Amino acid sequence: MSDHSHSSGSHGTFGSLMTGFGLAGVLTLIPFGLVMFDPGWSRNLMIGLIMGLGGLQVLVHLVYFLHLNSSSEEGWTLSATIFAIVILVIVLAGSLWVMHNMNVNMMPMTDGNMGGVPDLPAAGSGHGGHE
Amino acid sequence: MATELAHTSPPETWSPIFGRLTWDWIPYHEPILVGTFAAIALGGLAVLILMTKFRLWGPFWHDWVTTIDHKKIGIMYMALGFIMFVRGFADAIMMRAQQAMAAGGAEGYLPPHHFDQVFTAHGVIMIFFVAMAFITGIMNYVMPLQIGARDVAFPFLNNFSFWMTVAGAILVNLSLFIGEFARVGWLAFPPLSGASFSTGPGMDYYLWSLQIAGIGTTLSGINMVATILKMRAPGMRLFDMPIFAWTTLCTNFLIVAAFPVLTATLTMLTLDRYIGTHFFTNDMGGNAMMYVNLIWIWGHPEVYILILPIFGVFSEIVATFSGKPIFGYKTMVWATACIMVLSFVVWLHHFFTMGSGASVNAFFGITTMIIAVPTGVKVFNWIFTMYKGSVRMETPMLWTIGFIVTFTIGGMTGVLLAVPPVDFQLHNTLFLIAHFHNVIIGGVVFGVYAAVSYWWPKAFGFKLDDTWMRRSFWLWFVGFYFAFMPLYALGLMGVTRRMNAYMDTAWQIYFIVAAFGAVLILGGIACGFIGGFVSVVNRKKLACGPDPWNARTLDWATQSPVAPYNFPEDVQVTGRDMFWKMKEQGFKWSGHFHDIHMPKGTSSGIVLAAMATVFGFAMIWYMWWLAIISFIGCVAYGIAHTFNYDRDFYIPAKDVEANEAKDALA
Repeated sequence: MSDHSHSSGSHGTFGSLMTGFGLAGVLTLIPFGLVMFDPGWSRNLMIGLIMGLGGLQVLVHLVYFLHLNSSSEEGWTLSATIFAIVILVIVLAGSLWVMHNMNVNMMPMTDGNMGGVPDLPAAGSGHGGHE
Repeated sequence: MATELAHTSPPETWSPIFGRLTWDWIPYHEPILVGTFAAIALGGLAVLILMTKFRLWGPFWHDWVTTIDHKKIGIMYMALGFIMFVRGFADAIMMRAQQAMAAGGAEGYLPPHHFDQVFTAHGVIMIFFVAMAFITGIMNYVMPLQIGARDVAFPFLNNFSFWMTVAGAILVNLSLFIGEFARVGWLAFPPLSGASFSTGPGMDYYLWSLQIAGIGTTLSGINMVATILKMRAPGMRLFDMPIFAWTTLCTNFLIVAAFPVLTATLTMLTLDRYIGTHFFTNDMGGNAMMYVNLIWIWGHPEVYILILPIFGVFSEIVATFSGKPIFGYKTMVWATACIMVLSFVVWLHHFFTMGSGASVNAFFGITTMIIAVPTGVKVFNWIFTMYKGSVRMETPMLWTIGFIVTFTIGGMTGVLLAVPPVDFQLHNTLFLIAHFHNVIIGGVVFGVYAAVSYWWPKAFGFKLDDTWMRRSFWLWFVGFYFAFMPLYALGLMGVTRRMNAYMDTAWQIYFIVAAFGAVLILGGIACGFIGGFVSVVNRKKLACGPDPWNARTLDWATQSPVAPYNFPEDVQVTGRDMFWKMKEQGFKWSGHFHDIHMPKGTSSGIVLAAMATVFGFAMIWYMWWLAIISFIGCVAYGIAHTFNYDRDFYIPAKDVEANEAKDALA
């Protein structure tokens, strides 16, 4: 009962697509370059840079290739994306925080008692699915 | 000890054709299962004979199995929900009987390995195949009608989603008679659910049935979001939608956001079990606690997925039977939206005791208490809607008031559990069991009964028998308190959940009272089914017009039962409670109808789901050749279906006219 036209969905101009392509290329080359021509920076800085560039890459794809803006589909694509990002941040940041906190609070363990499965009589034949 | 040793799993063998399936996995030596199988086989045979005798196979195939009509799919979801509800309730009453007997050294009648399967199956079935089926069914039936649409946005996908859910349900039930089910609790925490401790096919039944059903759930979530955003009647703004449509929108956003987390988590566990990865083991840097963390990131939004549409149901019922618009429409919408987001920041309250520090526990304790606020807002809105309204105490309203009382008690025990130090005392006790049954039965189950008695006349054109449905309500309501209040007391005494037997005979009387409550609930279920049967028999006498409750929303502007095309012409929506407005203005259809463009039924959904069932079965039993063939079959058939262009037809204007005229005479 609604119109099935695609009036609101623009597919981008040649120029905007090429801008996106260029940005995506640059954002791919930089992290590759960082790994290949190791500038000798600290490991944490490198990880931070590469992850950050990956995040930028996602944004470029959303804006230039998926035409995310505040006007298409009555603004629903933008609000849905913001909702998705909020949930992603909650899930990722929350999990890191929770798991880190648990590691910190864990009783100190030696290698001996971390070694997985204790020797139970039933566990010997257990590894099904390795055929 | 004797009973524990009595159970030995069949030896692990593997043959190229049958994988690890051998005759030893068929439980013909267990009388309970053989009896169940015989009953189901005889019942099934009777149905087959009756359907053949009355030549119902053709109509069943054309009108139901291959239908892509959202109303019929909704009804099929409800039927699936009630069938699985009987199975899940059978598990429940078995547990209650076992625990009422097994005190002070007595062993009861269920050995531990069987008891463990029973409580696992009860949880899995009740959440995934009963509660989810019910809410999906209600949303499917009601939401498109409320927004003035002809169908959902992707009608074929809807049919496919339904049959994938059925495929999952079939696999769960198959585990009764071929092999075994998981013995790990409904969320299957590793390491217990890992390859080392859960050998045999039980855990794999769990994984594959949930994965296959999960595909259906995710797709149906996408479908309904698209429907609400794209297919509202002309002029209907979002803030003109009935509350139920709003709660449906938020629920399906939650489904789309949360179910992929479940899929990913179960996939990692599957990889751990099948190809020896170490996501959730202590070896090679894996961490079992990560599974608990991830599964609850899905699990907590899941409980709001179940309850939000039910909040919508009660909002519609309260407004209709109080003869007033819902009190605080906008606060209702914003409360729903707040719950939607907040439900993602409380998951850790399910594992306060796993070892997080005070700061983490305090954060999640506080967020959990905060989420009670928008829920409280809703409760007050319902009460204020009734205030000074002319409240009619029909059965849907009875369930609503039962819900408000019961759910509020459950909510308060939830806030208690949100206090981390209290949770350290009550974690894993029957207090927790009592709490979540308090909100799920008091909320979801009462809500489903309310919804069924409210929309039944819309779906079938006659009301449900009042006497039997009232009996059902009172037995359920009283039975609930008998069944679960003793569990609160037991939990405070420190009785843990999932116990097969216990030594302290002082607990037994509480378990006996709880079992008595379960029997009352059994009576409530029976009265409900009898009520349905009696109503069908007396349908001529109970027949009613399209608007038996003097309702307010567009769903009641249609015929009863609703015509395949829902609305003979577009409704121009000018505000909230549109049907109420139309009635005030003496609305009539114009009488000048046009041909109506409709989607065509297809068998692709059930064929794909059947192949997915075979694939799941083959993966569970390590029949690799069959898994490969059925998987390729699924993909190929799915692609082939996209080339089917014969997907639509027109209902001629004169048929619409004839159909609408028939209604005018009635």
